[in-house]
Amino acid sequence: MSFPCILALEDGSTFVGHGIGAKKVAIGEIVFNTSMSGYQEIITDPSYCKQIITFTHPHIGNTGINSEDNESDNIYAEGIVIRDYISKPSNYRSEENLDNFLARNNSIGIFGIDTRQLTIILREKGSLKACISPIDENNEESAISLAKSFDGLEGMDLAKEVTTKNLYSWNEGVWPDYKESKSKLHIVAYDYGIKKNILRLLSEHVGKVTVVNARSSFDEVLNMNPDGIFLSNGPGDPEPCDYAIENIKRALNENIPIFGICLGHQLLALAGGAKTEKMKFGHHGANHPVQSLKSKEVFITSQNHGFAVNEDSLPNNINISHISLFDQSIQGISFKDKPAFSFQGHPEASPGPQDIVSLFKQFKEMIDKNAKKK
Amino acid sequence: MPKRNDIKSVMIIGAGPIIIGQACEFDYSGAQACKALKEEGYRVILVNSNPATIMTDPLLADATYIEPIHWESVAKIIEKERPDALLPTMGGQTGLNTALSLAREGILKKYNVELIGASREAIDKAEDRQLFDQTMKKINLETPQSGIAHSMEDALEVQKEIGFPCIIRPSFTLGGSGGGVAYNIEEFKTICEKGLDLSPTNELLIDESLLGWKEYEMEVVRDKNDNCIIICSIENFDPMGVHTGDSITIAPAQTLTDKEFQIMRNASFKILREIGVETGGSNVQFAINPVDGRMVVIEMNPRVSRSSALASKATGFPIAKVAALLSIGYTLDELKNDITSGLTPASFEPSIDYIVTKIPKFAFEKFPQAEPRLSTQMKSVGEVMSIGSNFQESLQKAICSMEDDKCGLEKILDDSELINDKLGFELTFPGPERLFYIADAFRCGWSLEKIFDLTSIDPWFLRQIEDLVSEENAIEGSKLENLSKENFIRLKTKGFSDQRIANLLDESYEEVRSKRKSHNILPSYKRVDTCAAEFKTSTCYMYSTYEGICESKPTSKKKILVLGSGPNRIGQGIEFDYCCVHASLAMQEEGFESIMVNCNPETVSTDYDVSNRLYFEPITSEKILDIIDLEKPDGVIIQFGGQTPLKLSNDLENYGVNILGTEPDAIDRSEDRKRFQEIINKLDLLQPKNATVSSLKEALNKSDEIGFPIVVRPSYVLGGRAMELVNNKDELGIYISDAVQASNERPILLDHYLDNAIEVDVDVVSDGKEIVIGGILQHIEQAGIHSGDSACSLPPYSLSEEIIKKLELQSKKLAEELNVIGLMNVQFAIKDNEVFILEVNPRASRTVPFISKCIGNSLVKVAAKTMIGKSLKELGFSNKLPKNMFFVKEAVLPFDKFPNVDPILGPEMKSTGEVMGIGRNFGEAYGKAQKAANKVLRRKGKIFISVKEDDKKYLDSIVEKIISFGFEIIATKGTAKYIKKLGFDVQEINKVAEGRPHIVDELVNDQVCLVINTTQGRQSIKDSASIRQTALRKKILCTTTMFGADALVKALENKEENWEFSSLQEIN
Repeated sequence: MSFPCILALEDGSTFVGHGIGAKKVAIGEIVFNTSMSGYQEIITDPSYCKQIITFTHPHIGNTGINSEDNESDNIYAEGIVIRDYISKPSNYRSEENLDNFLARNNSIGIFGIDTRQLTIILREKGSLKACISPIDENNEESAISLAKSFDGLEGMDLAKEVTTKNLYSWNEGVWPDYKESKSKLHIVAYDYGIKKNILRLLSEHVGKVTVVNARSSFDEVLNMNPDGIFLSNGPGDPEPCDYAIENIKRALNENIPIFGICLGHQLLALAGGAKTEKMKFGHHGANHPVQSLKSKEVFITSQNHGFAVNEDSLPNNINISHISLFDQSIQGISFKDKPAFSFQGHPEASPGPQDIVSLFKQFKEMIDKNAKKK
Repeated sequence: MPKRNDIKSVMIIGAGPIIIGQACEFDYSGAQACKALKEEGYRVILVNSNPATIMTDPLLADATYIEPIHWESVAKIIEKERPDALLPTMGGQTGLNTALSLAREGILKKYNVELIGASREAIDKAEDRQLFDQTMKKINLETPQSGIAHSMEDALEVQKEIGFPCIIRPSFTLGGSGGGVAYNIEEFKTICEKGLDLSPTNELLIDESLLGWKEYEMEVVRDKNDNCIIICSIENFDPMGVHTGDSITIAPAQTLTDKEFQIMRNASFKILREIGVETGGSNVQFAINPVDGRMVVIEMNPRVSRSSALASKATGFPIAKVAALLSIGYTLDELKNDITSGLTPASFEPSIDYIVTKIPKFAFEKFPQAEPRLSTQMKSVGEVMSIGSNFQESLQKAICSMEDDKCGLEKILDDSELINDKLGFELTFPGPERLFYIADAFRCGWSLEKIFDLTSIDPWFLRQIEDLVSEENAIEGSKLENLSKENFIRLKTKGFSDQRIANLLDESYEEVRSKRKSHNILPSYKRVDTCAAEFKTSTCYMYSTYEGICESKPTSKKKILVLGSGPNRIGQGIEFDYCCVHASLAMQEEGFESIMVNCNPETVSTDYDVSNRLYFEPITSEKILDIIDLEKPDGVIIQFGGQTPLKLSNDLENYGVNILGTEPDAIDRSEDRKRFQEIINKLDLLQPKNATVSSLKEALNKSDEIGFPIVVRPSYVLGGRAMELVNNKDELGIYISDAVQASNERPILLDHYLDNAIEVDVDVVSDGKEIVIGGILQHIEQAGIHSGDSACSLPPYSLSEEIIKKLELQSKKLAEELNVIGLMNVQFAIKDNEVFILEVNPRASRTVPFISKCIGNSLVKVAAKTMIGKSLKELGFSNKLPKNMFFVKEAVLPFDKFPNVDPILGPEMKSTGEVMGIGRNFGEAYGKAQKAANKVLRRKGKIFISVKEDDKKYLDSIVEKIISFGFEIIATKGTAKYIKKLGFDVQEINKVAEGRPHIVDELVNDQVCLVINTTQGRQSIKDSASIRQTALRKKILCTTTMFGADALVKALENKEENWEFSSLQEIN
């Protein structure tokens, strides 16, 4: 059952709606996502840690929740904002409704909001600090001050909060067959907030995966004899993750093949000597055109990032491989002198288009080529 | 990669006349393509037989040929124009088929014309069912279990494997024409027989039935670098079994998880690649088993389609324009997304933050003999689209847009019926009003599960309807003053119209509206921007909703509001969209901001770059007054959109809106019988004897005064709805008992029918001082055949100077009396050199675009400019026709879609579209018009003649010519006797009732090439129906009037190989 609820932004805007899920106060950075499908994948994506997601699609909850589409074992989104909530889903795979799922995972949603107006505010002012609260816990004023109390994502290392405590191995391919990997290659994946579909695609296209804590030392990883190292997506600002940057530098020195996605991409760039910056409202959607500078091919990609690699800071040994056709920002880099490349968007999709899933094969090819060199 | 320089000229083939399955969406696509290619500097050569289109405006192409879209005609145009390339993907199935024929006949090779947009192989692979199936197998995609048959034996063989029910579809037919679902062997045989006949390749595809599966469409665009994007996904409300053109559809898809959606997306790209659509837009249809998610591919169209028009309007992404630019070498990343003022490239996928609903519009009332059930053969004649913040709002707005006198989910169950039986039937066998029966089922307490069991409509949609019904139940019978502001807002958010709320509360619409405004519950307008507000847009493409902040930002410029014509229907089609677009353009030329309101996604008027501002809204009093409140226009134009905007004239006047042009009262004066008679008497003009009656008794009394035959009809209708010719009191009695009901108890009009009179349409433009004749069109078929179904000729082909002078004079008198500013149409009948006035319409008529094409001058623009005070002199209007040219308009009828309907012309309009034939004499023009209308005039064989007594006199001249052309004649007894008396050979044949072998046998045996058949009286019409139906089925040209027969003879005098082809630019 829904309850009266309020959404407050740091700029003083407030919206009144109905709450679903856990009756709690959510504070974080509010962003909008324009994907028209895949709300389950989105809210379970660890990269959304400390963020409140505004869905621009009018109806959310249509297909319910099923046990196959989670991108992690938790809901990481701090809260979600919806225009029209569908409490009775319709889909042959649906197992429960979104309301339940949010409640079970201690997350809150607010619906009955003019999400278009909210999106326009965010487009114009950039991502803002925000708070969702049941009305009986906060009034407008206190909700606004709670929103303002959020520290902001800049300078915030969240990877260490969402990473796995213990290492584990992964050997399962993609939905719906989940085929076991037959490859002999061994990939070590640094978990900064990794999505399951990345693991599935690594397993499907590259090899067996060992997932390690973000702070695992490079020596520990080296002892595992990896054929390649994967740097995962994740939430927050890449800059404070100095431990990760140090590890990546050493991996680069060892000439171990590296592939990074999203936060992993930013960390690789930082390790290579580039700088990153906070974007105005970031890229969050499933319709972003990204162009390969080499082939001129355009890929429609899934995107979810609020930080980006600064183009001017790129050292000479790093090439830009892909750019965004929305704002020309860097979408992919590759090292001229090292077996390392990375991508800002989400080739694993889930949700979103799978146009550039070929990057996983590219990683495999790079590993194969590297092995021959040795 | 920039555009190609090795191509200098491109030919575009249009879709021809509006028919069921191919409507004005191809005017939208063709017009976009012409504009885009012309802007890029290519010489554009356009062939389209439909004069009512925007695309055939001479400014849109460099050479515009209004000629038959047949490969023979197009070949001659190619020979003359020598285009470098041919773009076949803009003109629907007609465009593709013609291009294929040109390729097959070696024309393209001979003149070195390159097919761009889609290759011959790609078209074949997509269109040929067997090839398509193989292609899908190759890429591991499932298609329904199926088999191909080229004969009845094959078909039975295939059926054995597939079982019942199964779906039968003939190859290469329009809108799935001739297909159907068979549940038993008898039905199976009937459908197969018809299908084999209809398919140009005598090929049937027999499919496993997917009845009840969910149906989806994906609109895909691909460029030559293999960049593929999905513009829009569309989910059908009606599951498989109802043609997608007849389904209510929703965008974007609502009941797919991302995983399922991506499977469909990937499959769509795979299909385009494998079929080999190199560049342009395509649509792919899928079915999904709701139980386990099994997905099969239904079909793909390697061209822009009705769905791509819908997708373009739904998202703001101009598919046709982009497809045209891709065909000449651009890639998606090189093109800009216009709607965000080029902030984003065209190589992205639109994201939309609203829900779009399309509802088809049907015309079953026009064809009482046709079964009003929906199946795999498309039967709708038009559609509306609406945009809302949520599905419920979108759905209810769409219902209001339909102009079916429904303002919401109104109850349609008749309490006198057996409710459970009726509901069970209507839910199981979908008809055009299933949506309303679903609501009624909820009202009757049926469970969602039960409704789902019968309809297979996704519970997601059913729940939304259930909720709307429960909202209605909650307020029904309560009082307006008890409706809280909060509840009022909730109702408006869910899309309830003021009128619907008024009905539920038993209040007047005005009361509800004023209460709403007193609560300050006003619509806000949001923008369609392709990107869910991620980027700023300066494009003013808007829809209303009831939440949040208004983004409309009206300007302070001088502005004119143009009200569109709503959904296409029989009697009001593309002609009125043409008029509205021209009115909007004229206002811009005069320095006004033009604001368009319309709800038809197929049209050019709903292109966001045609007017300065576009509101995609229902044309209802509520929505229009809301827009007027916001925009405060200097004037409103209601003359050009047919009945749709005219219906609002009272509301607009009462609201103090400045209605431009002729005062609405003039319409009332010309439509109200009594007031009209006063005018006729005052001006000393003639009209057929007539009366207005409101009861059977009165009708029978008056009929003595008037004298039979009598034309009867309800008052205030367009397109001759429910109009009929009656010959005696019995027939009159039968009619009255049906029609009083059909006309909402409005009075019935009786007119004496002028036998064998010549009918003439005159269109006039007036600035209030000067009155100029736009054109005088002489009808081919006699008065009594609805003017919209009649062929006509400009200039008149057999009227004396004296008569023409009389027509001009009388028209001018009428225009003066009615104080016309703008357009007026008068219909005359001429009998024995006397001129009778049948009808006056002080507004744009159906013939206006046709005349505009003939005189090379837009009558509408001139008329629109007079409405803002310009004089005709200032505008320099000229009505001069090119010398020594004839222009013939021919109607195109949808009888092939309604096999049980008698294909006979009468006073009720049944045509869906029109074509134009241009010639150096009447015969050539008429012959071309016939060909363009797909009426095959064979040049040798037997001609069957059976005419009513009064018509026999006309045989004197006709028969002699027919014989001299080398035809043989067969005739029924009476007619044969008459012909023999004239001294000609004739073979006598039995009427059907006279025993076998009879005339239908002859027709079936392909012994006849032309049927001339006129009848009188209900019985005679009934007796001869099978002749006309068989002729239609066998594609034997059949004329049901003597004037038509005479015109055909004139056409036969001109050999087809001597036809000349000139572009409009050369003619004018």
